[in-house]
Amino acid sequence: MEKKENFFQKAWKYAKANPIVVMLVIVAIIVGITKKNFFSWSNFGNLMSNTAVRFLIALGVSGCLITKGTDLSAGRQVGLAACLAGILIQRGDYASRLTKLPQMNMFVVLLIVVALGAVIGMVNGLIITKLHVPPFIATLGTQTIVYGMCLVATDAQPIGGFQQGFVDLVNFKFGNTKSFHLPLLLFVALLFGLYFWFLYNKTRHGKYMYAIGGNEVAAEVSGVNTTKTLVLIYTTAGIMYSIAGWILAGKTGGASTSMGMGYELEAIASCTIGGVSTTGGIGTVPGVLVGVLVFELLKIVLQFLGVNPYYNYIVQGLVIVIAVALDLRKYLKKK
Amino acid sequence: MSEFVLEMRGVCKSFPGVKALDHAQLQLRPGTVHALMGENGAGKSTMMKCMFGIYSMDEGEIYINGEKADIKDPLDALGKGIAMVHQELQPIPARTIGENIYLGRYPLKKALGFFPIVDHKKMYEDAAEVLKKVRMEFDPHQKLGELSISQMQSVEIAKAVSANCRVLILDEPTSSLTQNEVEALFRIVEDLKKDGVAIVYISHKMDEILRISDEVTIMRDGQYIGTWAAKELTTDFIITKMVGRELTNLYPKRENVPGDVVFEVEDFTSINPKSFRHVSFNLRKGEILGVAGLVGAQRTELMEGIFGTRSHVSGKVSYQGKELRINRPKDAIDQGVAMLTEDRRASGIMGVLSVADNISVASLNQYVDYGIVLNSKKIDELVEVNRKKMNIKTPSGKTQIQSLSGGNQQKVLIGRWLANDPDVLILDEPTRGIDVGAKYEIYCIIADLAKAGKSVIMISSEMGELIGMSDRIMVMCDGRVTGFIDGKDANQENIMALATQFE
Repeated sequence: MEKKENFFQKAWKYAKANPIVVMLVIVAIIVGITKKNFFSWSNFGNLMSNTAVRFLIALGVSGCLITKGTDLSAGRQVGLAACLAGILIQRGDYASRLTKLPQMNMFVVLLIVVALGAVIGMVNGLIITKLHVPPFIATLGTQTIVYGMCLVATDAQPIGGFQQGFVDLVNFKFGNTKSFHLPLLLFVALLFGLYFWFLYNKTRHGKYMYAIGGNEVAAEVSGVNTTKTLVLIYTTAGIMYSIAGWILAGKTGGASTSMGMGYELEAIASCTIGGVSTTGGIGTVPGVLVGVLVFELLKIVLQFLGVNPYYNYIVQGLVIVIAVALDLRKYLKKK
Repeated sequence: MSEFVLEMRGVCKSFPGVKALDHAQLQLRPGTVHALMGENGAGKSTMMKCMFGIYSMDEGEIYINGEKADIKDPLDALGKGIAMVHQELQPIPARTIGENIYLGRYPLKKALGFFPIVDHKKMYEDAAEVLKKVRMEFDPHQKLGELSISQMQSVEIAKAVSANCRVLILDEPTSSLTQNEVEALFRIVEDLKKDGVAIVYISHKMDEILRISDEVTIMRDGQYIGTWAAKELTTDFIITKMVGRELTNLYPKRENVPGDVVFEVEDFTSINPKSFRHVSFNLRKGEILGVAGLVGAQRTELMEGIFGTRSHVSGKVSYQGKELRINRPKDAIDQGVAMLTEDRRASGIMGVLSVADNISVASLNQYVDYGIVLNSKKIDELVEVNRKKMNIKTPSGKTQIQSLSGGNQQKVLIGRWLANDPDVLILDEPTRGIDVGAKYEIYCIIADLAKAGKSVIMISSEMGELIGMSDRIMVMCDGRVTGFIDGKDANQENIMALATQFE
């Protein structure tokens, strides 16, 4: 039987296993004490809604990582979904409209971009399982293809003039913006988080996913349909990117082809910080949430410290390398 | 000068839980072929790896030309005139023959008088020279990958020759060669002998040994048994010396009663012509069928073929008269066949996952409620039942399986298969790498399964285990079934005789 641990023992164990999370939280607290407005409702609301979108993307990519794969096309898929959604959600009377189609309901548009994401994700999965192209290379290829599709669809023009209802819905907040409020996106993210938690822990699909990550040969020998499971994982990922892209368009109130660039790397980094192991088989939904939260917190902290935005990338890069190095060190120690 | 070009004395080497070499010795005379013989696991390869500097010895000395030598690593060994052609070749197929021969010690020249670069001209000229020595008329610029296995082996030997070696180790060099290729290899060996090279020849093939070797050293359980001149020896004598140990009561009493024939394999042939071919056998209800053979007898490949992880071109598998169509493991599992794989780490456990995840992965369909939700109570129950039944020592079902001992990991994997209640259970080396106590427990589990009416196929490289546990033993050699022996009549000699029946 397992020993029962009290809260402090648990917290200490977690802190030892996740030093980078602890470090960033401490930094955030110090910044909060020294800088005005850091602990404010508007800042909190921003953090929540930014985290929500990134969380959806990270959830998508987490399945790929747990099965020892990766998905480099994530960011560009977000961009394509945002642009496509943008084109279709433009007001019917908007002057520089990109399509001759009649004005469309935004939820119909959501279904369209989700269908496209599913197809792209499925193609990723099939390239990996049927053609045996390593995930890194396969998704590097589709990343470029998807970007090309986005350029063709938009003619590289920025897209604006959305239906007001769409922008309002995505940015809807419960409560007063000046004081306590919770963005709608927070609940959307929590809903998807719950769904993925259920998927990963309570279904055969989830167990098979961990089994493939733990030892693909053993999973195959144990009768797991590895092809089906992997294709499903990449398809689900594509759907998540599309939903995130649709939301992102509304959140920004516009879309452009540069949208989503580099998001895949941030999502992978967040997952790793949150304890998804690069060697496969390990990773939890709460972990992914913490990872994303910490990464978004890092961005806001840097902004409040008044760091030249150009330095942000250097800091973020360092955090990624340190997080992965610490993760591997944990693994090596066990050997 | 000593009469021996190389001598190893009092060599000991331990691995966790195993004493692989226990005061072993070997003396090599220049210009002779010295055969090193013993069962699988007798310590031959370990001994050679110590000589070649891959392993460091715990105890013991090596003398080269009578002088004490210290061999740090393979490069050091090459420098001291020792070369090894491995059982499994490790060439770089995408590079040329010449580059493979001089890998890691390319001849250099100075560009612009100071900058060292590879001297390709010299490398290929030298390579052509050594290739001629091993009777290979190949252009050294050719890609290695275009050669056949035996030709690659000749390249490996050429590599040894190019290093001016005085001692050449050939570890099972003929296991994947045809008869003509073997003859070609023997001609090279004769040439090298004339040049005064001492050759260590490891092989299971009795006729080859008696034909080509001058002296024979026999090992058993990591110990030195003796060295004899090859002309004085007979096959029977060698086998007796190789296996001659008394068996104590290491196995449980079996109470299973084999019933009717239920499982049949007919004329089963691999897609790979060098692998299993025309294999037919049957299995009774409640029977334990042992499968014996040397390394390379294709026992594992055959079972993987039946289980669907390898392809076959012809043949039929049936259970109770009904033909089973198996193209992948899932098909086998759905039709009541289970297989415990040979390499626990590579294809058995999912190391980072929990005991519960590992034990339930093949039978998850049974624990589903409402068509989708996994019932974790049922999975916990499965863990508990198996833990009690097989005495699995684990802190809890949530423990990572990689933190358990080998024996307990194996019990979890057996539990994984039993959860599906299979009719036919294939166990490939079920006790490999497991300590003696846990071995006995696994034997008891196997005996109980047979008693409960399961049909068990057990591949094993341990003679004692096969004789102690099997109702019948099927012996394979070089991809063919060479005979069946009743468990009661089986002894190490008659198994060995069938296992070395090469065509």
